[in-house]
Amino acid sequence: MHLLELKKITRIIGNCVANNNISMHIVRGEVHAILGENGAGKSTLMKIIYGEHRSDPGGEIFLNGVKTDIASPAHAIELGIGMVYQHFRLIRPFTVLQNIILGIEPKNIFGLIDYKKARADIKKIIDTYGFDVDLDQKIEDATVGTQQRVEIIKTLYRNAEIIILDEPTAVLTPQEILDFYRIIKNLKGQGKTIIIVTHKLHEIKTIADRCTILRKGEYISTLDVSVTSEEELARVMVGRNVNLKVSKTPPTLDGEIVFEIKNVTVFGNKNTPVVKDFSLSLKRGEITGLAGIDGNGQSELVQAITGLRKIKTGSVLINKMNITNLTPKEIYQNKLGSIPEDRQRVGLVMDFKIKENFVLQTIDDKPFSNYGFILNRELTNFSNQLIERFDIRPTDSELEASKLSGGNQQKVILAREIFHNPDVLIAFQPTRGLDVGAIEYIHSELIKLRDQGKAVLLISYELDEIINLSDNIAVIHDGKLWAELDQEKIKKSTSLKEDLGLFMAGGRPV
Amino acid sequence: MKKFIISMLSIVLGLIVGGVILKLSGISPLEAYQVMWEGAFSQPNYISYIIIRSTPLILTGLSVAFAFRTGLFNIGAEGQFIIGAMTAAYFGFVLNLNPWIQIPLVMLMATLAAAFYGGLSGFLKARFGVHEVLSTIMLNWIALYLSNHVIFIEGFRRPSMETTEFINPSTSITILEDWKISDMGLEWLSRHEFWQSFMRPPVNAGIFIALLAVVIVWIILNKTTFGFKLKAVGFSPLASEYAGINTRIKMTQSMMISGALAGLAGATHVMGVSKNIAVLAAHEGYGFDGIAVALIGSNHPVGVLFSGFFLGALKYSGQKIQSSLEAPSEVIGIMIGAIIFFIAIPSIFNFVLKSWRKNP
Repeated sequence: MHLLELKKITRIIGNCVANNNISMHIVRGEVHAILGENGAGKSTLMKIIYGEHRSDPGGEIFLNGVKTDIASPAHAIELGIGMVYQHFRLIRPFTVLQNIILGIEPKNIFGLIDYKKARADIKKIIDTYGFDVDLDQKIEDATVGTQQRVEIIKTLYRNAEIIILDEPTAVLTPQEILDFYRIIKNLKGQGKTIIIVTHKLHEIKTIADRCTILRKGEYISTLDVSVTSEEELARVMVGRNVNLKVSKTPPTLDGEIVFEIKNVTVFGNKNTPVVKDFSLSLKRGEITGLAGIDGNGQSELVQAITGLRKIKTGSVLINKMNITNLTPKEIYQNKLGSIPEDRQRVGLVMDFKIKENFVLQTIDDKPFSNYGFILNRELTNFSNQLIERFDIRPTDSELEASKLSGGNQQKVILAREIFHNPDVLIAFQPTRGLDVGAIEYIHSELIKLRDQGKAVLLISYELDEIINLSDNIAVIHDGKLWAELDQEKIKKSTSLKEDLGLFMAGGRPV
Repeated sequence: MKKFIISMLSIVLGLIVGGVILKLSGISPLEAYQVMWEGAFSQPNYISYIIIRSTPLILTGLSVAFAFRTGLFNIGAEGQFIIGAMTAAYFGFVLNLNPWIQIPLVMLMATLAAAFYGGLSGFLKARFGVHEVLSTIMLNWIALYLSNHVIFIEGFRRPSMETTEFINPSTSITILEDWKISDMGLEWLSRHEFWQSFMRPPVNAGIFIALLAVVIVWIILNKTTFGFKLKAVGFSPLASEYAGINTRIKMTQSMMISGALAGLAGATHVMGVSKNIAVLAAHEGYGFDGIAVALIGSNHPVGVLFSGFFLGALKYSGQKIQSSLEAPSEVIGIMIGAIIFFIAIPSIFNFVLKSWRKNP
């Protein structure tokens, strides 16, 4: 008898089959990973387990061998199932303690909240599983790692036996990820059952016992992680062989400097400096990685470079030409391309067609328009060309950008920027939320660009991505250039990842 | 297509709500709707009245829809209408040129004045971040009192009246105005019953201007780079800014065009129907009705054309249930309100459409 068994789960959303006849089981006390590309139906399946969705008729869920109809998240919690979403659902001005007890506050005889009892109960949980949290800290002051721990404690406080974690490490720093692994091991040691939704392969190798792979809404197989390689996992997930290691030749060393950021200071929304006296130069034919934890001035830096935010002091030069505080259009015309951090809100007009998104910056130029009138045929021709070259699917240029998958949306942006033939490309989180196939593609395009002698600035919160792609690595912390590693140093380093992690957190190696 | 279905369903539901209200007031809804139907279409002159009524609604509807496509909510069509009407009344009175010059010139002046007035809100938003809803509401009142003030300019005011002098005949866009009352015209019309009835109201060229505006707005939005950028700003200001579009200038330009369209509504109204302006105690509602027109027409130029006619017909025929059935004509207002209410909650329709698809 299994702890949790799913039989023939099907869920059709609109015209899309999110889950098709999925049967699988979870064993008590295991860490079970759910692996699949975007749109494989992982989240839908988890929401069905958590009672947020229901299976279409025919699907059944058995809990401890008993057929159970999970009607709502509240019901799931009652049954001992807890869920930690990728985007936390916490009340920011409340303290950690208040967030944990919210909704099931213990009350004293006067009907007031019994904080003493709550504190004692939570203390017990914290000690049992080795959490590191300050119960009186406000969520808005807490790190992302702490917030995640609070979410996990919340499920434990509600006596969860099965804890579902959706993309738990997507937002964590390397150090926080290690702590997260430790907590998962403790939970498992105390007999809890963990389900982790992820598409990070090494994470599965590190913590999971078994791994169920979904593809396009269908169950593919369940593998024993200890005897399966990362390559094998990737192959089963994508359905073809995948090149996990980015292959690239060493860069030409004598690349001249094409892009310089000189002592730039930028103010944030609160009118305080968030980028502080930052300098960095990029060479032709190299990818420079800028590592850093989310919120250390990366967004503001990129906005300032691309003309969306004012540079208070300092200057930015491209090909020796000063582009400080020019308009976005002028900067673009000076051969600076960029893939923005938020592809859906900044990179694309989601309600526009693919072909319209291709010419967002260049609609005024020939051949796309003439005397202010759009030449639709030229637009379509051009779009079809790009769609073919960058293998964008579906291939219909009349489709709205919102109808595309994340990977294809990113390809639209990439195609647009690359076709403009920039000397410098700023790629901000270019693969966030994309699946393995799309990541592979974007990475290979960035390398291609580098090999054509362009300079690429790769800004990413994913340390693995930075390490895999970059020829040079810089670290930003608190808006300052915290560390710079050239090729020599990277090659020599024996503990590159740990060192970078330390830099990102504002430390210095001993 | 989906938007069209939603509008149609909302209209049906609105009529049902109106029917319920009528029933509650003790009047047979069927009878009332029959009176309205006959009151709208049974005589040629009813049709021309509906066209006359619809003309300003189509133009103010276009005005609101155009701004909306740029992501701006122009509540100020009312004020821009007043500015347009006031300017047309003034120059139509003080200038007296050949009609072929006079009419376009006066219309142009009215349009420009209203464009400036609307653009002011766009500028305030772009430059100082003043929300356009606030600024246009205030500018509506400023327009109202400015107009009331201008009416009292000596020489412009009609002696001892609370109105202005009439515009010169050279400014009039009423069709065959003199001929209609000439001997020859009267004689011809008496032999042609349909036209006699049709020409009785002040039929004017405003509707052709409105149709032309529909076409121009459609071309701007769908065929020009200017419209492309306006729409981009409307859909996503962040993406537009990133793509190098100057969102501030686009906002101002959009409000200028929006204002121009509302001003044109005011101008055609003065030049074709009222021939002068009078002191207003409150807003007449042409601009506010434009919001309803734009919503029902789902902000599409052609949609606005039809919803303008629909609302014009509804308002005109609604008066008739008061006279013949003693039913409250406010029911029409409730109906329009209900229609907009239903349009504003599309989730209901998504639900309905979904269950239709499941059980066809």
